[in-house]
Amino acid sequence: MSHSDLPRLEPAGIDGWMVRLFGTIEENNLLWLTALTHDCEAAFGEALVDLVPSYTTLLVIFDPLQISPWQARERLVDILARLVPDDIGGEGELHKLATWYNSSVGPDLERVAELSDMTVDAIIDTHSYQEYRVFALGFSPGFAFMGLLDDSLICPRLETPRPKVPAGSVAIAGQQTAAYPAVTPGGWNLIGRTAARLFDRNRDGFSLLKVGDRVRFVAVDQHTFESEGGDPTPITPAREETRS
Amino acid sequence: MRASTTGFRVTRAGPLALLQDAGRFGVRHLGVTQGGPADLHAWGWANRLAGNGWGTPVLEITFGGLQLQAECDLTIAVTGADLSGRLEDQPLPLWRRIKIGKGERVVFGTPAKGLRAYLAVAGGFSAEPVLGSVACVVREQLGGFDGQGRRLTDGDQLNIEIPSPNMPDTIEVEAPEQERPDYTAPAILDLLPGAQVADFTGRSLFDAFNAEWRVDDRADRMGVRLTGPPLHCRIPSLVSEGISLGAVQVPPDGQPIALLNDRQTIGGYPRLGNLTPLAASRLAQCKPGQSVRLRPAGAERALREHRQFIRQVATAINDRTSARNRST
Repeated sequence: MSHSDLPRLEPAGIDGWMVRLFGTIEENNLLWLTALTHDCEAAFGEALVDLVPSYTTLLVIFDPLQISPWQARERLVDILARLVPDDIGGEGELHKLATWYNSSVGPDLERVAELSDMTVDAIIDTHSYQEYRVFALGFSPGFAFMGLLDDSLICPRLETPRPKVPAGSVAIAGQQTAAYPAVTPGGWNLIGRTAARLFDRNRDGFSLLKVGDRVRFVAVDQHTFESEGGDPTPITPAREETRS
Repeated sequence: MRASTTGFRVTRAGPLALLQDAGRFGVRHLGVTQGGPADLHAWGWANRLAGNGWGTPVLEITFGGLQLQAECDLTIAVTGADLSGRLEDQPLPLWRRIKIGKGERVVFGTPAKGLRAYLAVAGGFSAEPVLGSVACVVREQLGGFDGQGRRLTDGDQLNIEIPSPNMPDTIEVEAPEQERPDYTAPAILDLLPGAQVADFTGRSLFDAFNAEWRVDDRADRMGVRLTGPPLHCRIPSLVSEGISLGAVQVPPDGQPIALLNDRQTIGGYPRLGNLTPLAASRLAQCKPGQSVRLRPAGAERALREHRQFIRQVATAINDRTSARNRST
């Protein structure tokens, strides 16, 4: 697939177009993607069903009873011709996620330290120092893919995913970091746990994090973690879980 | 808000019975999946025959095993798979509107033809929407009668909306013959080629549209894996991006997976394209081991057929948009 002809509209069924804006993952992609999202909301109105932004693309799903794929395409061509990126100053909301970095809730801290040839403290400092951007939501409701990690923290996924990762688990894999909103299987390296409620059906907007938002993980001690509602139950060793 | 009452008691839940409206829309950007009926076609007809508007909640019964007892006199319609259902000691009529009396039992057995049956009750099943929909997604713990994504359980009391007493006389009593698929026949699935189709090798493209594919037993509401000649794509994976209904993705092992209603919202495997909504419906009725073929289709015909289907079953077409609820 060449990237010389971007942006490009790719068919995605009778009710969708994939708008491919970029060929590689860059933080600045977000400024264009959020602008494109807003423009689509305005241009499609009631005919819009869903918009799924991700690192380099926006999937646009429309109601095929109201408009045809060809009409939808025309609107998208129009939007793209006039698209201007959001201001750098207008970048996403900043969230500070209170995180307890500890091997009892982050059982891969030591493995990551070993792989990175760093101390556990240095891993924590490096992970919590930086501000991350939310590039995409997916995998499960409210699961935000964030990046990009400092090169020193890059490590592969687990060879065997855990069948049950506790809610709030803060994890890293490749160039990305995330926090698990609910108990799900997961193959990322767990390095701590946040007290933040990441997905709440009673909250306006449901998900704490949205594409384009900024996130800082703030290292806190167990006491603060618990006082903010965090669950300190240690993770069950993987061996125990696979037996059950 | 209309009045509701208990319509059925679940005397045995069976393996997988789920409440499904048209699906959960306007929330895909939050990582929340679509849900809704795996077989849109049979689901749409169930509501039509029961006199309900598009989007009314229906029971999706997979594999059978469900046993229900009517708690009041009811009008129902059961469509989709033949799950060896019985109404008291008679075979349960499919694809038609029937009346059942208080205390009568509807009992589903094992799949004879197809996998998923749809039971609509006049007025519709009643549940509190979560994120704009009652579609039950077990994995996400969203929707269903309890709002927490729980499948039906023994002893459940199922609430229904009390229907208006007059069935519009424009609504047929049974579905026309040509609308009742033979789910045991080899399925031909229309596929709209996608952007990466040119990145598959020529041999693989030939195989994709000429080979006989077998439905694997790794098949559920998230997706259906097909086995056959391995397909090779020149790009092994993409940066993760949104996935629409019916997308046929090809992971590195070359065995395609058609993604259905409960699919993850983003993913990074190259895709052959998208099954049409009606083809995805048809695939959802295929048992493991059954053979299917993929047929390249044009968007124009696919759109025409889709609109034709909706026009046929949507009692009031505006019901559909009202079932949607954008969260933004």
